[in-house]
Amino acid sequence: MEQKTVVLGVIGSDVHAVGNRILDFAFTQAGFKVINIGVLATQEEFIHSAIETNADAILVSSLYGHGEMDCRGLREKCQEKGIGDIIMYVGGNLVCGKQEFESVKERFLAMGFNRVYPPGTLPDLPIEDLRKDLGMTIN
Amino acid sequence: MQAVLLIDFGSTYTKVTVVDLDAEIILGTARAGTTIETNIMEGMKAALAQIPEPIGGWKFVRKLACSSAAGGLKMIASGLVKELTAEAARRAALGAGARVLEVFSYELSPKDLDRIVVSKPDILLLAGGTDGGNKEVILKNAELLSNLPISLPVVIAGNKVVAAQAEEMLRKQHNPVVVADNVMPDLGVLSVESARLAIREVYLSHIIKAKGLDKAEEYLERIMMPTPSAVLSAAELLAQGEGSEPGWGELMIVDVGGATTDVHSVAKGDPSKPSVMLKGLPEPYVKRTVEGDLGMRYSSEALVEIAGRRLMDYLGWTEEQVSGQLELLKENPWRIPQTGEEAKFDVAMGRMAVGLAVDRHAGTIEVVYTPFGASYIQNGKDLTPLTVVIGTGGVLLHHPDPAEILKGTVFNPQEPTILKPQNPAFFLDKEYILAAMGLLREVSPQIALRMMKKYIVKL
Repeated sequence: MEQKTVVLGVIGSDVHAVGNRILDFAFTQAGFKVINIGVLATQEEFIHSAIETNADAILVSSLYGHGEMDCRGLREKCQEKGIGDIIMYVGGNLVCGKQEFESVKERFLAMGFNRVYPPGTLPDLPIEDLRKDLGMTIN
Repeated sequence: MQAVLLIDFGSTYTKVTVVDLDAEIILGTARAGTTIETNIMEGMKAALAQIPEPIGGWKFVRKLACSSAAGGLKMIASGLVKELTAEAARRAALGAGARVLEVFSYELSPKDLDRIVVSKPDILLLAGGTDGGNKEVILKNAELLSNLPISLPVVIAGNKVVAAQAEEMLRKQHNPVVVADNVMPDLGVLSVESARLAIREVYLSHIIKAKGLDKAEEYLERIMMPTPSAVLSAAELLAQGEGSEPGWGELMIVDVGGATTDVHSVAKGDPSKPSVMLKGLPEPYVKRTVEGDLGMRYSSEALVEIAGRRLMDYLGWTEEQVSGQLELLKENPWRIPQTGEEAKFDVAMGRMAVGLAVDRHAGTIEVVYTPFGASYIQNGKDLTPLTVVIGTGGVLLHHPDPAEILKGTVFNPQEPTILKPQNPAFFLDKEYILAAMGLLREVSPQIALRMMKKYIVKL
C-alpha cells in the first residue's frame, strides 16, 4: 500500500517541541511519512506544506492555551486553497483554564476538525483513528 | 608570457580583460559598444584594439567569454505554492545567472500562458510538488505548455515521480526538454544544483546559437556561461579559497548598475545568536538577488518613491528639492552632477538603491511573544557577522565616492530586524574583473583567486 503522508506541527506562537518530536517518532514508526513543520507554525505553513506534499492529513498540536484562536479559520483556508476535504486532527491543551472537554471538543469539531484529542492522549489513539479514517487495513 | 583573453559581452558594453598567467597581472582592460545586430566580434575587436599589443601580436593561450548580451538569459519559472516550489524555482534560475521575467504558481492561467508566448523566455523552468507529493499541477502545466504555439527549451525540476511523464508531454512541442532533480525534493529542502547545471547545459547547447553569439565561437574557444554566473563563481572562489590558497571568508558583492542592483552573498547565514529559530525556505550558500526596480540611473523615479522619507532624511532636503533634481535626471539619466548638491543627491540615490537591495537580500528576525517570554524567528540569512563587502558594476566603479554608497549595505540600528552586516570592511573591484576571474576560474582557479586578492582593493 502506498505510504500515507501527514503534516505535523505546533500551531501559533507555541514553542512546545517535545510532544511534537514524540508524535513525529510515533507516526513515523507507524509507517506514515511525516512532514514535520515544527513549532511556531502558521496556518499557511500547514496548508502550503500539505499542498506540495500531497498530504493525506494535517495534525495540529497546541499546548499553550491559545489553540482556539490559532485554529479558527484553518478549514476555511483549506477550502479556499483547494484541499477542503483533507483530514484534520487537533490535540493538546487547547484552551485556557479548566473547561469541560466535551464542550471544547464540540467547538473544535464545529471549526472543521475531524477529531479532537484531550490532554494526555497517547499517540496510539490518533494513529489508530487515522488508519480507520484513511481506510487503511492493518497488516 | 602566457596571455589569456577574457571577454564579457554585456548588454551595452563588451569588456575585455587580458591577463598574463605567469606574472599573474592584468595586461589591460578595455571596453567598446556591444555589436549584437551586426557581428558580435566587431565590438570585441574594437575593445581589444585599445590594449597595446606586444611585438609580434597577441598569442592567447586561452580565449574565454561570458555573455549577458541580447537580453541575457531570460527565464520564466513555474512552481506550485508561491512560497515553496515556485520560490525554489526562482532561486534556481537566479543562481544559474538568469534574468527572471516571471514566476508563476499553481496551474498556469490563460494569461500566464499568453505572457510566456509574448515574452519568449530563453528557458522555461517547470517545478512543482515535492518528490512523491503533488503530481496533478505539474502534469496539468506540462499539458498546457505542450499546447503552446511556440517551441521553447524547458528544464523540468519538479516531483520526480511524474518528471518523465511531464517530459514526454512537453517533447511533443518543445525542444530541448531536460529533466533535472527536484528543486524541492522534500518540504523545506532546497536543492538547486542539478537544475542550475541543466540550465547551463541548455544555455551552452542552444541559447548561444539562438542569440547569434555562436559567431564569436569561431574566434573564441567558447562562451562558457551567462555573465552573472561568472560573477557568482568568482564570488564563491574568493570566499572559499582554492587548495592551499585561502579565500577571504564569507562575503557580499553588490553590483550597482544603471537599471538594476544585484546582490550576491556567499555565506551560510545561520543565526549568529543563541535561541533563534530558523523558519522559511533554506537559503542557498551562494545566493543572488536582482532588484529590477533599484537602478541608479534608469529607475530613479521608482527609487525615490520606494526610499521616500529615508532619502529626504539622509539629504536633509525638502520634497520640492528632490523632485526638482529628479526632473533633471529624467531628462538625462546619465547626467553628471554639476554642483556639490547634485553630487550629494547622486550619492544618496546610490546609497538608497544599495540599502534597499541588501534589505531584500538579507534575512530578517522577528520577535514572537509566547507565554514563556520572547522567542526569535529568523527568516533568510543572518549576514550580521560578514566582514567583507565588495562593490562592483559600472556605476559604482566610476563614482567619486563608492564607500559612501556601499555604506547602504550596513546594519541600521533603526531597523534592527534586518540582518545586514554590522561592521564590514569595504572593497572595490576597481579593474572590473570579477566576471573575468569567474571565467579564469574554469582554467586556473588559484591564479584567478590570487589576482582577485591583488586587484580588489580596500576602500
